[in-house]
Amino acid sequence: MIEKALQGSKGYWTWIACLLAVIAIGGMFYVQQWNYGLGVTGMSRDVSWGLYISQFTFLVGVAAGGLMLVLPYYLHNYKEFGRITILGEFMAIAAIIMCLMFIIADLGQPMRALNVLLYPTPQSMLFWDMVVLNGYLALNLVCGWAILHSEYKGVKYANWVKPFIYLSIPWAISIHTVTAFLYAGLPGRDYWLTAILAPRFLASAFAAGPALLLIIALIIERNTLFRVGQVAKDKLVTIISYAAIINFFFLACEFFSAYYSQYPSKMYTKDYLFFGLEKDGNIFNNLVPYMQASVVIGVIGIAMIFYARSRKSDILLGISCALIFLSLWIDKGLGMVLGGFVPNPMGQVTQYYPSIQELGITAAVWATGFLVVTLLYKVAISVKLEKEL
Amino acid sequence: MKKDRRDFLKLAGCAAVAGVGSSTAFHSLLRGEAEAAGLKRAGTKKDKSGTRLGMVIDIQKFIDNRDLAQRCIRVCHQIHNVPDFGNPKDEIKWLWTDRFEHVFVKDTHYRQAQHLQGMPVLSLCNHCDNPPCVRACPTKATFKKDDGVVGMDYHRCIGCRFCMAACPYGARSFNWRDPRGMDEHGRSFISEINPEYPARTMGVVEKCNFCTERLAVGKIPACVEEAAAAEAMFFGDLNDPDSEVSRVLREKFTIQRRPSLGTYPSVFYII
Amino acid sequence: MYGSGRIIPALIIFVGLMTFPIWYNAGKAQQPPELVLPSEYSECVRDTQFMRESHMVLLHEWRDDILRKSGPRSGVTASGMQYERSLQKGCMSCHYDKKNFCDQCHDYTAVVPDCWACHLEPTKEAI
Repeated sequence: MIEKALQGSKGYWTWIACLLAVIAIGGMFYVQQWNYGLGVTGMSRDVSWGLYISQFTFLVGVAAGGLMLVLPYYLHNYKEFGRITILGEFMAIAAIIMCLMFIIADLGQPMRALNVLLYPTPQSMLFWDMVVLNGYLALNLVCGWAILHSEYKGVKYANWVKPFIYLSIPWAISIHTVTAFLYAGLPGRDYWLTAILAPRFLASAFAAGPALLLIIALIIERNTLFRVGQVAKDKLVTIISYAAIINFFFLACEFFSAYYSQYPSKMYTKDYLFFGLEKDGNIFNNLVPYMQASVVIGVIGIAMIFYARSRKSDILLGISCALIFLSLWIDKGLGMVLGGFVPNPMGQVTQYYPSIQELGITAAVWATGFLVVTLLYKVAISVKLEKEL
Repeated sequence: MKKDRRDFLKLAGCAAVAGVGSSTAFHSLLRGEAEAAGLKRAGTKKDKSGTRLGMVIDIQKFIDNRDLAQRCIRVCHQIHNVPDFGNPKDEIKWLWTDRFEHVFVKDTHYRQAQHLQGMPVLSLCNHCDNPPCVRACPTKATFKKDDGVVGMDYHRCIGCRFCMAACPYGARSFNWRDPRGMDEHGRSFISEINPEYPARTMGVVEKCNFCTERLAVGKIPACVEEAAAAEAMFFGDLNDPDSEVSRVLREKFTIQRRPSLGTYPSVFYII
Repeated sequence: MYGSGRIIPALIIFVGLMTFPIWYNAGKAQQPPELVLPSEYSECVRDTQFMRESHMVLLHEWRDDILRKSGPRSGVTASGMQYERSLQKGCMSCHYDKKNFCDQCHDYTAVVPDCWACHLEPTKEAI
């Protein structure tokens, strides 16, 4: 099957070459980080997690988002998703690989990463995150590959795969729940210390994951004979829009709790992220434009996706998915983690700006993810087209 | 009929395995490991048995001795080979001062005593009785010792900085770059190296260790020793009613940093 | 075999490169390192064979015992000699000549312990 990834058009190879170039540049930045230390990043004593961990958190959501395709197909026998569930599983593989790469990029002592296994510590949420993420990667590799391979051979997948498929469904919930628990269990960080964090993570994941998948599927439709199918698209729109709306509802709940109660430490970070926080005569607001844009873009995206469905316009559908994805990326891939460090334990504000090296390494990890998705999708689409035509 | 029985046996077998497995996991969680994390007594009062080392800082005495705080910091950082990078972004500190209203975050307090406003107050790791950093650490590189000290094993730390996010007191510092290096002018970050104590390596977290290496040889923490003449700091076993800290705590009104978080800090302040 | 004209020479080159260290060094006897032992002392904390094989295990034991369990900072050998259970303050107080002791063997066996990233080597004055 793998040989299908080695045969492609000129455009395919150009795309791969571009991704490899970005990876190479990021690799050079990583060498710099390796030699100098994490001091090359914009992180500091006060903002001790930055772009790497925020991207990691967001991508766990993208990985969990694949559930929205797997669940209807396998649990509710929703046949229309038959053609795209494999895309969900393969996207989860790429997303988890990116998550693990971001974690490694963020470690001060990456050579000691296996200490987490050597000294297993069940009271640490990070230990459980390691367990569930690697488990989810394995589940998706096994299920995705086994199912595609049986399709390749023109038979139904073996019975032994079934338990793994069913296991992967609650497992997808667990990866994002545990990731939320990393944050939601810390007594001193008021922005994160909220019981709604895990549900909100899941809601945004179930919008962002399928949105990204639909964008990629539309691009594939334009370039190949592969077709998602109108019914499946409409169903995805329903899932994405409901999840996005629930995410914004949860955000509104957070705002209500903070501002109606007037509880100071619950308001500070939201002030900082959305309006600007005043401290000793200085206004700290470097993330405000992004966070406000996130809300505006998200609302436009949700309105537009309904319109796109009624008009059956793939272009509009793609744009609205991109808007929703971007909105959620800013909200979770930027504000969620960075905001938690403001104010610091001394009540002071340090603003964080990523460095060039950090951005380069981040871009390289994303490029690796896209490379994995490209290769896996190439195989999957080739197999499917071979069988259908 | 036969098939039913086989199915039942399968099911029962699975249930038994799951039951045994989960109860063992549960027990291992409740014993040793969880105890070290303070999970067992979360939300309850700490039992008074065993040693619990603690410290009392009399901030009035530091008003009378303006340079005392800086002397304490200097001796601490010198004997522990704490590097000075000369910028706040890379900063590493075990013991430091910050303004009173920052150490005791009280920005809703309309007006407070003039002499406290802006006053530098020593802060350090609180060696919490229920430390969130220990709970967070995925490798037990930071741990709670029997004497109440929250220790660090720099050999094991993977540099994930979860403990820094977990600490509500900003007591933890990360080695963003090589602490044994030099700046562009050729100045070593550790100006005067103490050969009796190790340094740290790039990519690990560090913090105050309550001078555990001095306690082992019968000394008191270096900062307390420095402040002894001024009677500005007291150290000892909080669980021993005859210790000096216990006496001071009985006699004076003291406060703690962010007590509502349930971390049970072992550092107290006389205002 | 399809493409054998390219595959077989490529395989030969690959195997040749992979085994390069073996045949390059074949026939040359490597001299085991000669360590400079401290002249002031005749015994270590354990016997030579144990120290040669397991000094790192012992160091880890000391570390975990002292750091986590407040274990004793000093120990006594079978013959009654007292020593500090510490790399920097114990081992290096006798074996202060790191270059001719630690490094000799570590270079010979091609291991790169990272002890010295944090722990301080004895300075020139100490020697």
